[in-house]
Amino acid sequence: MAGQPLVRHLVLALAAAAGFYLLTSVLSPYDNFQVGEIAAYAVALAGLSVLTGVNGQISLGHGALMAVGAYSFGLLMTHTQLNLMVELLAAVGLTTVLGIAVGIPSARLAGPYLAGVTLMLALGLPLLADQYSSTFGGDQGLTITPPAAPGSLDPERWLAWIQIAAALVTIVLLANLLRSRFGRAFRAVRDDEVAAELAGIHVGRTKVLAFAVSAACAGLAGALLVLSTGIVNTGEFPLSLSIDLLAGMVLGGAGSLMGVWWGAVALVYLPQWSTSVAGSLSLGNGVSAYLATVVFGLILIVVMLVAPSGLQGLLRWTGGRLLSTLRWVPASVTALEVRQPANQEKDQESQEKDQESQESQESQESQESQESQESQDKQDRTERSEA
Amino acid sequence: MRARQGGVRSWGRALAAAATVLAAVVVAVPATSASAAESGVTAHSITIGATVPLTGPAAPGYSEIAPAMNAVFDWVNAHGGVHGRKIHYLYLDDQYNPAKTATLTRQLVLQDSIFADVGSLGTPTQTAVQGYLNAEKIPQLFIESGCNCWSDPKYPYSFGWQPPYTIEGKILGAYVKQHFAGEKVGFLYQDDEFGQDFVKGADMELPASSIVSRQSYDAATLSGPLANQVAALKAAGAKVVMMATIPAATALAMLPAAAIGYQPQYVVSSVGADPPTVGPLLASFTAKGGGSAAEAKATAALLKGLITFAYAPPENQTANPWVQVSRKLLQKYAPSLWSSAGLDGNTEYGVALAYTFVQALQAAGKNLTRAGLLKAIATDGHKFVTPGLVPLSYSSSVHFGYEGGEVVQLSSSAPPAVTPTGSWIGATPLTGVETTSPGAGPIEKYHGGSSKPPSALLRTA
Repeated sequence: MAGQPLVRHLVLALAAAAGFYLLTSVLSPYDNFQVGEIAAYAVALAGLSVLTGVNGQISLGHGALMAVGAYSFGLLMTHTQLNLMVELLAAVGLTTVLGIAVGIPSARLAGPYLAGVTLMLALGLPLLADQYSSTFGGDQGLTITPPAAPGSLDPERWLAWIQIAAALVTIVLLANLLRSRFGRAFRAVRDDEVAAELAGIHVGRTKVLAFAVSAACAGLAGALLVLSTGIVNTGEFPLSLSIDLLAGMVLGGAGSLMGVWWGAVALVYLPQWSTSVAGSLSLGNGVSAYLATVVFGLILIVVMLVAPSGLQGLLRWTGGRLLSTLRWVPASVTALEVRQPANQEKDQESQEKDQESQESQESQESQESQESQESQDKQDRTERSEA
Repeated sequence: MRARQGGVRSWGRALAAAATVLAAVVVAVPATSASAAESGVTAHSITIGATVPLTGPAAPGYSEIAPAMNAVFDWVNAHGGVHGRKIHYLYLDDQYNPAKTATLTRQLVLQDSIFADVGSLGTPTQTAVQGYLNAEKIPQLFIESGCNCWSDPKYPYSFGWQPPYTIEGKILGAYVKQHFAGEKVGFLYQDDEFGQDFVKGADMELPASSIVSRQSYDAATLSGPLANQVAALKAAGAKVVMMATIPAATALAMLPAAAIGYQPQYVVSSVGADPPTVGPLLASFTAKGGGSAAEAKATAALLKGLITFAYAPPENQTANPWVQVSRKLLQKYAPSLWSSAGLDGNTEYGVALAYTFVQALQAAGKNLTRAGLLKAIATDGHKFVTPGLVPLSYSSSVHFGYEGGEVVQLSSSAPPAVTPTGSWIGATPLTGVETTSPGAGPIEKYHGGSSKPPSALLRTA
C-alpha cells in the first residue's frame, strides 16, 4: 500500500535527475554553480514548506538552522577526513538535534510567539560564532576545500550533481512523508489542534517532529551551500536570509514541494537580475544594492494578490484552464481550486482533499473499474480514521 | 486510490516542470565560450575584475578605490593601452560580505572570464576566495588588505600590496613604546586577521605590562557606537588607544569616547585614519544621532593629534609630483569621482595600485600569460615606480608589497588638504621612513628615497 507512491516518487525523481543531467551537461560552469545553489535553497525551502505550509508553524530562524548545518559541515570538513556523504549526514544529524531542542519548547507556542522564539535563534546563533572565534573562525569563518571532481569532470558540474542529488532525495523523502500517517497528522494539527487531539494525534509530538524534519532540511541546505562557496561565515546567514526563505516559500506556494523550485530560482537569480538592471539603468550603488529586496517584496505582493497559493498554484490553475479547453473533465476541479476564499491558505490542503474525492467520484460515475475504486476508497477511509 | 494518483500526478508535473523552469531561466544567459586556460586576454583587450564594497558598512571611503583605479585604466586606454591591449575593469559590489565575495568571484571567473582578479578589497572577503582563485590559477593581485596571509607559498597566485598590518603594528608600537613610555595602552581592533595581525605587531614591540585592555568588534555586526568597548578602555585607564579599525569604526569609537569625556592619544592603523574619509563620517554620524550642524562640524576636531602610519605621501602635500599627477588623472578621467571625493587617501590608493598593475602588464611583455605576469611581478616588482615611500618588496618568495612607511600625526599646521569634502587637516611626519618585516626582524631606518613619476605620466596625465 505504501509501496506504490514510493515507486512513483522514485521513478519521477529519476526522470528529474535525467533532466538535470542533460541540463547540467549543456550549461556553462557558472550556470551549473548557480543550479547547484538553487538545489541547495530548494532543500531549505522544502523543509520550510513542510513546516509552514503543511504543519502551520512559522519559523523566522531557518537561516540560523542553515548556519548550524553549514558550520557543522565546515568543522567536519576541516577536522576530519570522512566520506562526503557521512559528513553531510552528520551535519544534518546535528541540525536535527538542535531542531528537536528548539522544537520541544516551541511546540507549546503558536503564531507570533513561535516566530519570536525562532527569530531569537536567527539573531543569537551568529553571535555565538563570533564569541567562540577560535572554533568558528570569527568574522572570517571557516574555509573548506570542496571535494575534487573525479577525472576531468568540471568541478562546478560535479558539485551541482551532488547538490541536485541531495535535493531530489530530500524531496522524495518528504513527498513520501507527507503521504504517510505523519503527513496526515501534520495537516490535521495545522487545521485544528483540538480536533486532531480528539482523533488521537499527539499534537506536541507532531509539531516537534515537523520542526525536526524541517531543521534537518535546513541543515542539509546549509551544508550544500558551503559545498559551492567553499566558506562558512556568519555573513552568509544573516537575519534577512530567514525572511527571504519565508518569502521564497510563500512565493512558490506554501506546502507545495514543486513550488520550492520557483522560490529557489527567485532567491538565486533575483538579486543578480536586479543588480544588472540597476546597472544598465545606471542607478546608484545605494539603489542597486537594495533593489533586489524591493523587487522581491513587490513580486510577493503581486503573487499574494493574484495567486495566494503561490506561483505553483497559479501554474496549476493555468494548466488546468488549458486542459479544460481541450477536455471537459478537470474543468470543475480547476474552477474549484481557483475560487478558494481569501482565508483558504489554511484550508487549502483540506479543500484539495475534497477536490480529490470529488474527482474520484466523477471517475466512479464514468464507471471505470468501479470495483477497485470502491475498495480503495475504503482503504482511504480507514487510513483517515487511523490518523 | 484515484485521490492519491491526483496528488502524485501533480507532484510528478512538479518535478518535470522543475527541470523546465531551470532550463528556461538559464537559456537566457549565453554560455561562455572562452577556454579556461588563458581567458580574458585578446590581442586588443585584457579583462580584469574585482569585488569591492560599494555599499554596506565598509563602503564609506573604500567605494572610491575601484573607480579611481578605473581612471588610471581609462588614461592608459586613451593612450593605446598596454602593448596594444585596452584594459577592461569589472568591479562588483560584495558589500564586504565574504559569502557574496565567494559568489561574485565565481561570476567573474566563470562567467566574465577575467584574466586576473586585481584590487579586490578586504581581509575576510579575500581569504574566502584565496583557495578558489589559486585552484583555478587566476592571479589574485594587489589585494587591498595587509593580511600576512597573502605571502604564503601555498598560494603562489596571491599578491598583497599595502604594508602588512603586523608591520604597521610593529612600527606604531615601537613609536608608542619610545614616546609614551610608562603609559597604559589599550587596544581596539576588528576581530579578524586585520585587527589580530595589527595587535600581533604592536605586541612584539610593547611591554606586556603596559597593555591594560583589549577590546574588539565584529565588522559584520558593526551598526552602532562602540560605546561598551570605549567605556572599558576608559575604565582600564588607557592613556593611549591603539586602533585597528575601518573608517566607520574609528568614527563610531571616537564619538562615544568624546561623549563620556574620554580623550586618549589615538594611534590608528592607516586603514581607519584617513581624515577626508573619517572626518565626514564623524559629522554624518553626529547628525544622524540628532546633533546640530555646528556639533557635527566640530567633531572633525577629534582627529587633531591622531597618530597614524603612512606608506605614501600624504595627499595634502601638493608639492609632491605624485600628488600632482594623481590629481590631474582624477580630474580628467574620473570627473564625477573628483567632484565628490577629490584626492583623499582612498583615491590616491586606487591610482597608485592601478599604476602598479599597469607596470606589471608592461613588464610581462607582449606575449601576455598568467605565468608570465606573475614572473614579471616577482622579478621586476621592486623596480616599479610608485608613490610608495619605500619600493615594493616583491620577489619569488615575498608576496607583500610595501614593507615600510613612516609615523605621522594629523595636525592643522600642515598645509590643508584640497578635497571637495572640505578636509582641513593634514599629516606631519613624526619619524623618518622605516622598514621591517612582518616577522621578528628589527625595524630599520630607510635611506633609499622614493621614486619620481616617469616623465610620460607627468606629461600626458
